[in-house]
This record gives sequence, C-alpha cells and structure tokens, in this order.
Amino acid sequence: MPTPYSLNQYPWWKYLLIGLVMFWGLIFALPNLFGEDPAVQISGARANITVDAVFQNRVAALLDADQLPHRRLELDGERLLIRFADPEEQLKAADILKDRLGRDYIVALNLASAAPGFFRAMGLNPMYLGLDLRGGVHFLMQVDMDATIKQVEDSYVDEIRAQLRTDKIQYSSVGRAGSGGVQVEFKDAAERDQAAQLLRKSLPALQASEPGPLSLKFTLSEREVKEKRDFALQQNITTLRNRVNELGVAEPIIQQQGSDRIVVQLPGVQDTARAKEILGATATLEFRLADEDNDWNQAASTGRAPLNSRLYKDRNGRPVLLQKRVMLTGDSIVDASSGIDQQSGGATVFVSLDGKGAKRFEDATKDNIGKRMGVVFIENKTETKRVGDELKKTSYTVEEVINVATIRDRLGRRFQITGLESTREARDLALLLRAGALVSPIEIIEERTVGPSAGKENIAQGFRAAAIALLVIAGFMTWRYKNFGMIATAALAANVVLLIAALSMLQATLTLPGIAGIVLTMGMAVDANVLIYERIREEQRNGNSPQAAIHAGFDRAFDTILDSNLTTLIAAIMLFGFGTGPIKGFAVTLSIGIVTSMFTAVTGSRALVNLIYGGRKLQTLSV
Amino acid sequence: MKKAIWQFDFYNTRIDFLRWGKLAMGWSVAVLLIAVGSVLIRGMNLGLDFTGGTVIEVQYPHPVAIPQVRETLVKAGYGDAQTQHFGTSRDVLIRIPPRAQINAATLNNQVLTALQNAEGGAGVTLARAEFVGPQVGHELVEQGGLAALGALLGILAYVMLRFEWRLAVGTIAATIHDVIFTVGWFSLFQLEFDLTVLAAVLAVIGYSVNDTVVVLDRIRENFRKRRKGSVLEIMNLSINETLSRTTMTSFVTLLSVIVMYFFGGTVMRGFSVAMIIGIVVGTYSSIYIASASALYLGISREDLLPHAKESADDRP
Repeated sequence: MPTPYSLNQYPWWKYLLIGLVMFWGLIFALPNLFGEDPAVQISGARANITVDAVFQNRVAALLDADQLPHRRLELDGERLLIRFADPEEQLKAADILKDRLGRDYIVALNLASAAPGFFRAMGLNPMYLGLDLRGGVHFLMQVDMDATIKQVEDSYVDEIRAQLRTDKIQYSSVGRAGSGGVQVEFKDAAERDQAAQLLRKSLPALQASEPGPLSLKFTLSEREVKEKRDFALQQNITTLRNRVNELGVAEPIIQQQGSDRIVVQLPGVQDTARAKEILGATATLEFRLADEDNDWNQAASTGRAPLNSRLYKDRNGRPVLLQKRVMLTGDSIVDASSGIDQQSGGATVFVSLDGKGAKRFEDATKDNIGKRMGVVFIENKTETKRVGDELKKTSYTVEEVINVATIRDRLGRRFQITGLESTREARDLALLLRAGALVSPIEIIEERTVGPSAGKENIAQGFRAAAIALLVIAGFMTWRYKNFGMIATAALAANVVLLIAALSMLQATLTLPGIAGIVLTMGMAVDANVLIYERIREEQRNGNSPQAAIHAGFDRAFDTILDSNLTTLIAAIMLFGFGTGPIKGFAVTLSIGIVTSMFTAVTGSRALVNLIYGGRKLQTLSV
Repeated sequence: MKKAIWQFDFYNTRIDFLRWGKLAMGWSVAVLLIAVGSVLIRGMNLGLDFTGGTVIEVQYPHPVAIPQVRETLVKAGYGDAQTQHFGTSRDVLIRIPPRAQINAATLNNQVLTALQNAEGGAGVTLARAEFVGPQVGHELVEQGGLAALGALLGILAYVMLRFEWRLAVGTIAATIHDVIFTVGWFSLFQLEFDLTVLAAVLAVIGYSVNDTVVVLDRIRENFRKRRKGSVLEIMNLSINETLSRTTMTSFVTLLSVIVMYFFGGTVMRGFSVAMIIGIVVGTYSSIYIASASALYLGISREDLLPHAKESADDRP
C-alpha cells in the first residue's frame, strides 16, 4: 500500500487531460450563450440564380430605399442572411423583400445564431433546437404503395390490351387480378399460347404463369415492385422539396423514413393550413408542339397569343408560344431519370412512357420530326384567404415551360431529351418530369404543430427547471457534504457544460423531453458523488485515515457507479432505437449525460479532491 | 448520538428489514395484483400518441367559458370533441377522437378556423396541434412495448453477467415490480399515459436497477468479507449499511424530478409523475423485492465466494 502522502495525487498529465477536456467543452458550449437574432434568409429559387456580392448590394439598396432598419447583411455560401434587432422589423422586411425580389428568390424567416462569425467559421454552432422548442410543424406522410402498384398494373393492362390488338390476337378479357397481377382470359388455347409467346418476349420484366387452360397471368417481379415503390417515394420527396422551397422555410427537413414514409419538418412555419395546401398541390405535365409560325417575343409584348396557340413563360421568364393541342400528359410518364448520352456525351434525360401514352406519342411525333416541342409544368394550388369575416378557398394554376426541345425521331415508349446545358439542369428536369408524372397518393398520418410562442415558453420553462434543479441539488449537496458537496457541484456544472458541448458538436436535436433528460441526468450524476462520499464516511468510521478513506471511497464505489450507469444506458439506448421525434431527444441527452457524468463525477471530482486534499496531512475530513 | 430522520443519518441503524420480508412480499403481491387488475379492468388512459386522434391547444386573448367553446364546436360539427381549460382560463385544450375521414389531417385547421370565425373568436391563436393517425398509434404501442421488453432483457443479461443468478432474478423481479406499480398507478388514477410517460417508464427501468446494484454489491462484499453470521443476518447488515446510500441517491434524483414537476411545464408533468413514483417504489423494491427474492430463492455464502479474478474487495 502506498504511503498516505503519495495517495490521492494525480500525475500532471491527468490534470492536463481533464483541463483539455473542459477547455474543449467550454469552447463548444460557448456559441449557446449568444442567443439568436431574428433574420431573413434569401437564396436562389433555381440553380441558375446566384446569390453573390452584387446581389448583396442590391438587397442592401432595397432595404435602404424602403428605410428598413437592419443590423447587417452576411453572405453565407449560397444564401444571404439579413439580421434584425427585433421580430417586427424582420417580418416587415421579409414581406417587402418577397414582393420586391419576386419568384426568383426564396425569402425565408430564420433565427440565426448571434455568435460572432468566427465561431461558425470554426464549425462551432449552438445546439439544434427541435420543433417543440422553436415552433414549427412536423408532418409524417405515408405514400399509398398499394395504389402505386395498382397504377403500375393498370398501365400494364393497357399495354397488354394494346399489344394483343396490334397483333390481332383474340382475347375475352384483360384486367387486374384480385390477388395482384394482371390476368388475361382467352377463348381458345391456341390464341393463348400465341399471346404467351408474344407477351413473354415483349414484357420481360413480368413473370408469366398459366393459372388455367384459357388464361394467362402476369405478376410484377419483386425487383420491379421495389423499383416502383422507390420511384413513388422519390417522386413524392421531389415534389415535396419543390413545394417546401416555395413556402420559404429556412431549414426544412424532408427525409425518407422506413420504406414508405416521408418526414417533413418545417421550423418556424405557423400557418399550417397554408403549408398543407402548398404541400398538397398536384402537378401535371403537358407536351405541346411549339408554334413555329409566329414571333414569340412579339406575342409577349402584346400579351396576346395567336389563334390555336397559347403564350407561356419558361423558367427564366422568357416567352414561349405553344400550340393548344396537347400531345401527351404527365399521366403517361412511367419514369424519368438523368444521365449521360452515349453518343454525344452530353447531359440527357431518359423518359419512359406507358403503353397507351407511347402509342399516342408515336402518332403525334411521327409527322413532326424536326419541329420543336415544349413541356409545360402545371401546378394546381389552392389558397385560403380571409375575405371580410369568412375564409375563402380559391384554386388557381401555375403553368411554366420547363423544356423546349427539337423532335429528332419518332418518339415511343422510351426517348431522350438531349442538348441540356449541364448535368444539374438534366437532374432538375428529370425531377420535374417525375413530379408531374402520375403521382402516388400520399396521406398525412401524423402532424405536430407547435406555435412560436408555445415554443418559446417551452424553452423558458425547460431552462428554468434545469437552473432550479442545479441550484437545489447544489444547495443540498453542500449542506450534506460540506466542501465535498461543493466539489460535487463543480463537477455537476462541468457535466452540464460537457453535455451541452457534446449536443452542440453532434448537432443533435434538443427537445423538451431532451431538457427533461438533462435535468434527470443532473440528479443521477450526483448519485455517483453520493456513493463515493458515503463510502468515504464509512471508511472513516471504520477507522481509516482521511487520505486512505478518500482513496478507498473513490476506488470501491467505482464498480457500483459503473454498474448503475450501464443499466441506465441500456434503457436509454433501447429508447433511442424505439424513439420517435422528441422522445429520441430524451434518449440522446440521457445517454450523453450518463457518459459525461462518469467522467465529471468520478474523474473530475477526484481531480479536484486530489488538488485540494492530496498530498497533505489531514487530521479530519469534513465530508 | 441521535439525529433527526431528515438528516439521513442511517449509519448505526440495525433494522431487521427482512423480518418483514414475507409481509412485504405479500403486500407487494397484493399491490401488484391490484395494479394488473386495474390495467385489465379499467385499462389505461392512453394519450393521443397511442390512440390516434387530434389534440388542439388554442389561446384566447381574453378569458373564455368552456360551454361557449363547446357550442361553437358542436355547431361546426365536432360534437364528439372534449373541451377543457389548460393552465389558465384563456387556454383551451380540445380533443377529438380518431375519425375515419380521409381529411382527418386537416381537422385542426378546420377547428381553428371555426373558433376564429365564431363570435368573440377573433385573435384565437394556435399554441399546439397534434394529429396522429390510427396506424401510427398502433405502431407506437407495439414499438413501445418492444422497447420496454428489450430494456428489461438487456438489463437481465447484464445483471446475470455481473451477479449470481439468484441476485439477478431478484433484480429483475424488483424492476418489473417498479414498472407494474408505475403503470398500475397511471391506470388506477386514470392519468394520461403518453409517449413521454413511456420514456419515463423506460428510464425507471434503468434507474431502478441502480439502487438494487448498490445493495447487491454490498451483500456480495459482506459475504466475502465476513466469515460469521447467517445469510439473513448478512443481508440485513448489508441493507442497513447501504441504507443512507440508497435513500440519498434516490432523494437527490427525486429532487431534480420534483423540480421538473413544478417548473418544467405541463408537457413534462406526466413524465415527472412517472419518474417520482418509479424512484420511490424503486428504493423500496431494492430492499424488499431484490434482496428478499434472492433470500427466498435460497442464496448461500458459497454462491457468492469469489471464483476467479474478482478480487477487488480483498485488497488489504
């Protein structure tokens, strides 16, 4: 056994290590002290609209012209941030800027960390607050996959019917089978065999079987079912993303959850009715031939389109004249993806149509080779407006030409749109084509809305509870364990700092239950100190010297502390795995808090005890 | 030296805890039967998270009478809505049971609009709205049950590794006891059982083991250290020795949870209640359920003698 004098001393590197950890914790926790500024965030609505220093000057001029007081403008990557002193100025400026800048820019309300810029430059950010603390709306949406598969099967029904007709094979019926798949009934076996041969060749993606002597059945392969489901999900995510941009939300989250669900989180959105209207808008596509006989610019200047034509605008606001006759609608699009053209090496979009659409499109394009064709993206939207005392719903459509291309060939089931400027443009076009394709029905299955004032109240209450808990525990520990109690309090404060630092570093979402987790961790962190101190008291009562008692107290209590923390950690991890939204926040803070408390309550408080008592001759110990 | 009980100075206690072991076990069994009975007969007052449906919390700029709000809702076609004040007389909480309608998701907007358009409804603001579809509710019930079961199994596995099997069984018995007691309490008094309460129950599962581990560690230590004394005596001694520890740790954690109950806002109230119950019952159960079960399962000194490397307590 070492001598009492050498007991309870740490080597210098241990102090250094603890010091470094605490330094790290303070640095990462620091950005949380500055609070947040109300801000307006402006970003380009499309890829070709840049937000740069020139734009910054333009916005500054706009703000000055309208005498809108603001703190300062900051260019942050591809967005411009304008800070304000209070939310009133922020709201006013946002409204005016939205009006002045038009549809090319997304103007969104935001709360920007008020920490000096170099913190962000160093990657130091405050904790990310959950929707229950900052206000906003959370949607969980489910894509109706049964309907999706039904749509796919319906398109195969059309296709099979068309093929049998072209090949003049007699059949009595084609339809979706009750148990899934497409069933074809024939009048005689020879016709059936002929059809089986033909369809097996032309539809290799389907699995054919013969349930009866006069029938044929085609079912989707597992791979195709999966592909269609993924497509439906991606299509909906794309559509939602486009819509959310329009809502002007600073940090939206649109994520896949599981195989058929989408989470949409819109921080700061208060008007959920409007959000739902915009998210729920439906889009369609129309392919129309271009009007080559008239001058587009002239039509735009008079604002009047010639007979049989309609005047549109493309995404950059340039006029486009298209014929009134629709060649094809979005319902016929089965898939659209971007890629590289094998021959030219340029960016291209591959489009697949269903059987019926392909037939129509072939007929429409074969006589128009060499002519141009435009794709119109049409969104049907509803808007609720207050008229007098009544709320009125109005529907309107927004039409926009997303592409004009020359028809090079007779276009059928699969064709390409080439000549696109960049892969990015190709990707955008593919996304829009998918968004306007036959949509899979989507349903909101969960919604949680927290008003902004309720969010603020939640934060205030949470932090007040945490502060009071800290004070109460500190008071009690000091009363019961005197100097050692103060050491435990210091360790507890250090634990809170480290916990906040870890949450800030990981950018884990802090929720109200998360704050509850922090408060609970406080109570459990001092448990470790209690176990150690009680053990020290006991060792002293058993006649050990103060130094030996301290040594034994820390040593022997450790196993127990480890055991009890590990079991709580197991429960917290289970909770994390199960967790949805706010509950996950609780599991996160509890888990991190347990880990940091092991460090502060055992190693940290030991270091303090060693610094104060270690290596000294002690007669008594006030613990 | 005699000190008041609030000083938690239980160092010289020689309480024969396990003399009442059988009585305590009987009492616990009775209480648990009531708890299980209540859950089966009365059922749980499940929150929105599990049942599905809509909850809307609105704030009026002035105090408002509930019958007035109810009348507006009935007129708007929400006769099945429950309405109550929440916090102050300006805050109103409206619950609407799950509906088969497809547009259930837009319900809260319709209700808010109806309230705003009614007489005296100008300036009504939405504080919070939640809609949970029935399928989500079912899933949460299922996943929540699985998470609780997973936590219990994980802890059982851990305690089995750390302790002799009788002590492990005692620990799990104590933990299950705490869970059933807490859930039973919520059933008996029909307190709302929502996701945060479920989170609290899982935290109770983890925390309840803490106290038990303190007592069991000491029982093991004493069996190895002391050559004299019956099993019963050593267990009693261990419980007495650790009494100030188990009560102190529970008390400190209880402090933080009580603060949360009073200052954490209404959303965390259910959570706090579950934690308070769990911590109090957990302290009792680590003494009576965990230790007594091990005793009745026939634990003996030989079971706890060190087999191999466990020599931490044998240092000079």
